Amino acid sequence: MLTTHAASGVFSVTWLIIAIPLASAAVLILGGRRTDRWGHLLGVAAPLASFVLGLVEFATLVGKPEVERSIDNHVFGWTIVEGFHADIGLQVDALSISFVLLITGVGSLIHIYSIGYMAHDPKRRLFFGYFNLFVAAMLLLVLGDNYLALYIGWEGVGLASYLLIGFWSYKPSAATAAKKAFVVNRVGDFGLSVAIMVMFATFGTFSFTGVFSAVHGADPATLNAIGLLLLLGACGKSAQVPLQSWLLDAMEGPTPVSALIHAATMVTAGVYLVARSAPIFDLAPTAQLAVTVVGAVTLLFGAIIGCAKDDIKKALAASTMSQIGYMILAVGLGPAGYAFGIAHLLTHGFFKAGLFLGAGSVMHATKDEVDMRRFGGLAKPMPLTFATFGLAYLAIIGFPGLSGWFTKDAIIDAAYHKGGTSGFVLGSAALIGAGITAFYMSRVVFMTFLGRPRWEADVHPHESPKVMTWPMILLAVGSIGAGYVLMLGGRFANFLAPVVGHSEEPSVQPASTAGLVTLAAMVVGVGIAALMYLRRPVPAVAPAGSFATVAARRDLYGDAFNESVFMRPGQYLTRLLVFFDNRVVDGAVNGIAAFFGGFSGRLRYVQTGFVRSYALSMLGGVAILVAALLMVRG
Amino acid sequence: MRLLAAFHAAANPNAIPAPHIEYRAILPMLIVFGVACVGVLVEAFVPRVHRAVTQTVLALAGLVAALVAVVANTGLPRRLVVQSAVAADGPTLFIQGTILALSIGALLLIADRSIGADSDFVAQAADLPGTEQERASVRAGLRQTEVFPLAMFAVAGMMLFPAANDLVLAFVALEVLSLPLYLLAGMARRRRLLSQEAAVKYFLLGAFSSAFFVYGLALVYGYAKSVEYGDIATSLTSSDRGDSLVIVGLALIGISLLFKLSGVPFHWWTPDVYQGAPTPITAFMAAGTKVAAFGALLRVFFVAFGGLAWDWRPVVWGVAIATMVVGAILGVTQTDVKRLLAYSSIAHAGFILTAFAATTRASESSVLFYLVAYGFMNIGAFAIVMLVRDADGEANHLSRWVGLGRRSPLMAGIFALFLLAMAGLPPTSGLWAKVAVFQAAYQGGAGPLVIVGVLASAVTAYYYLRIIVLMFSQEPAVEGPTVVMPGALSAAAIALGVAVTIVLGVVPQTVLDLADKAVPFLR
Repeated sequence: MLTTHAASGVFSVTWLIIAIPLASAAVLILGGRRTDRWGHLLGVAAPLASFVLGLVEFATLVGKPEVERSIDNHVFGWTIVEGFHADIGLQVDALSISFVLLITGVGSLIHIYSIGYMAHDPKRRLFFGYFNLFVAAMLLLVLGDNYLALYIGWEGVGLASYLLIGFWSYKPSAATAAKKAFVVNRVGDFGLSVAIMVMFATFGTFSFTGVFSAVHGADPATLNAIGLLLLLGACGKSAQVPLQSWLLDAMEGPTPVSALIHAATMVTAGVYLVARSAPIFDLAPTAQLAVTVVGAVTLLFGAIIGCAKDDIKKALAASTMSQIGYMILAVGLGPAGYAFGIAHLLTHGFFKAGLFLGAGSVMHATKDEVDMRRFGGLAKPMPLTFATFGLAYLAIIGFPGLSGWFTKDAIIDAAYHKGGTSGFVLGSAALIGAGITAFYMSRVVFMTFLGRPRWEADVHPHESPKVMTWPMILLAVGSIGAGYVLMLGGRFANFLAPVVGHSEEPSVQPASTAGLVTLAAMVVGVGIAALMYLRRPVPAVAPAGSFATVAARRDLYGDAFNESVFMRPGQYLTRLLVFFDNRVVDGAVNGIAAFFGGFSGRLRYVQTGFVRSYALSMLGGVAILVAALLMVRG
Repeated sequence: MRLLAAFHAAANPNAIPAPHIEYRAILPMLIVFGVACVGVLVEAFVPRVHRAVTQTVLALAGLVAALVAVVANTGLPRRLVVQSAVAADGPTLFIQGTILALSIGALLLIADRSIGADSDFVAQAADLPGTEQERASVRAGLRQTEVFPLAMFAVAGMMLFPAANDLVLAFVALEVLSLPLYLLAGMARRRRLLSQEAAVKYFLLGAFSSAFFVYGLALVYGYAKSVEYGDIATSLTSSDRGDSLVIVGLALIGISLLFKLSGVPFHWWTPDVYQGAPTPITAFMAAGTKVAAFGALLRVFFVAFGGLAWDWRPVVWGVAIATMVVGAILGVTQTDVKRLLAYSSIAHAGFILTAFAATTRASESSVLFYLVAYGFMNIGAFAIVMLVRDADGEANHLSRWVGLGRRSPLMAGIFALFLLAMAGLPPTSGLWAKVAVFQAAYQGGAGPLVIVGVLASAVTAYYYLRIIVLMFSQEPAVEGPTVVMPGALSAAAIALGVAVTIVLGVVPQTVLDLADKAVPFLR
């Protein structure tokens, strides 16, 4: 088992990585209007400072021999009462530092972008406060050295997500979306909390090292139960089937929020959870299979929904759901897939953030229009946005040489390598998904940037200011190069190996059969999209469409399913319980209350206020007590 | 020294040998007694204008010094001192430390003169509150400063009461702590008749109960031929007298102790006196007297009469149940916040008695912990009661508290915290205190008491939560009372209460360990 090392040097201030954005959030949220003028600058500086610190730690970590690359930083011991003790600490290792760099790096870029995007919002300072809060919570989630700290971070990002989806809460749709995200996430969080309780009951500890060193002797049924509960948690946070319904609605939040929280970082927490719990899942085959199934189903689910959405952000959100499906599928494959899943997570962080910022830039230019049927031909007035969006697009569909190609093909390859029927089914699902991805992403690009302009007369598209375009350019650079940097020569897999185990196969082979077929699927997908949306004019009003299109537009009836299976029976149950509560429970409670009230009201007359009657009562009490004692004595 | 004693004895064969006194062990009490005596001299010699400041500084310094002495004494061996009259053991130090800390809090409330013209104490007995005559007295510097030496004497008595290892000394301590309290209860500036009535009632009933103590003492002496706890314990197996002598004796002593800690049916004075006494004094006696009385109860019954536990335990069961039930049920219909807190204190006495009824080592430590937790939440709660005022002084009627949370969210929030602590809800000290006593009771075989206790706390929770609902969910009355800002001293007392209540709620283990290390009583 992996041993951790006590923190020294730069690692002893790991807590600052979290504390800086947290302190900044406190200042911005509690500081009120007096921080309005400089609030956004502080809000940007905080994640940047954490990023620099994370970078230094990363460099130091890489410089160490492989066996010493896990540093534990004890923060404080929390003894609630005897027998219930939790040590809260931070753990820096290959996995957590990768996330730290993603969160603070991409996070900083999106913070900078938000200065421009939110420039006209009266509550910009508060927005940055919530954003910093999110960054701090997300960092705690990935840096905690135990499940309790992870859970605190997990709930923290949930809170920040809720606050930011509902940031424009004067819009009823935004308020509802925020509530929906919160409620659906509760279901997943419940699974995670029960998983943690089962762990504590079984192993007596919350710490990663403690739990992971105890799993080898544990009952497989327990491990499967823990694994499935963790998966439930992952499904909620990462919008996987069956808890996927909140993510599309979450696009009601400001676009930087969609980019950072609902694309690049928070929604990938489920992937982190499964990868971090690798020692549990490696010994729980049933749970692991469930993970792959969830991943495969969701990647198709999301891809199909993405094909029918006319709202550019919702199309991208469906794509996020689908791409996370890939990651979940990968980490469900065991040691073979962990590194690829995390690598895809990182590259996805770049290109999906780039896509969302591009979408934000388009909306910024077109008076917050999101309907792609009212775009068209935007490449000309917005060349920079088109270029960065286009590069991210090529990366996500797996254009050879760009980052998505390296990581996605690796996942498809690894799924086929699993062998057996399940391997074939999973691999094929992933492959078909890649084809659909190419189709719906091409559709987005064609409808938005190419073809004839379809925007309203009073819309004058223009390129966004530099504070917005520079982050997009940097993210585009990441979309091009990240895959190459991570995947070539199995570099990232080796870096992660101490945490999640060595992957058995060599890194991706570009000329493998699966790779070639994937390439063909991609070309077909792009081709169909070109036929449908470039050759023919795009109608301004969506056509009625076939049964499949209608289903996809309605999120494959995800909401309808929830409403008929959970909401309506739930409402009936509630009504029944209210009836029961009113008649039976309240009857009993009110009866008891009336009894005590009446009893009390009579009894208080004994308290006459006359000292003579008090003394007499005391004397009576004395007589009773003495008599009782003598009687007991017998 | 010994040579000197021998010389004395040789010179005068009839002389009583000078007692051997371990001054260091009783230093905390000596400090407080000394400060009380100096306080009397200050009344006589220091000019009027400087008196209030001098007394405040003197009393606070004395309490802090005594607390330091208590802490310094923790390393001393556990033993009987002053010729076996005083037990210098863990519980003594723990209880004395608690009493001193609580007294500091109470003294801060007593000393705070920033509220109203001249605080809660009458300056000149003939002055009516709010009159020109009273203002003249205040301008002339006529301030009530006797409260300080009186309170210090009471503190000293409270410290001695649980430390005494001898029934006669215990009786003296009981009187030393009670007499100043009778006086203090009658010194209210407003609602003077109520206050004086309270003082007289408290005095009459207190004298009545003291008589029981002396009578019991005499019977026990007749049985054991000694008043020392250790000798009484040994005599239980060796005495040739009839058992009824000691049974009746312990019953009468127990009754007097139950009176002090408001056990039913000796609780009658509690609501009347809590309501009538000036609120800082109510805070002081509610916290301090209860701690001292429970300390003495544990020592007398565990050390002296431990051998008869099988005989007195059933009666304690009965008293515990009656105390919890009466405290819980009568609290439901109270409309005056001080009376409500009085019934709450009766109910709490019942909860503590459940652990006492279990007569185990755990019951000793859990009672000690409960006393710390309860004492501080009580001081804090009464301190808030002092702040809610209208033109006629404190607005104690609950109907006046409606909507207070809207008007002063901070103070109402703090009061809600203390109420939650009394109800035993997390994240407060009250939760762990209740857990500790009920656990001790259950493990000691008092399961039925725990059931009654839990049901009674559910009823008490009703009246605590009702106040919270009252304060927060209704619109404030138009001409309602205001919450005055506390002066620095009251604010410090409130902060002390809040800090202890929350710290003991979040990390109770340190104090639980401390209480566990302090027990058992030296037998």
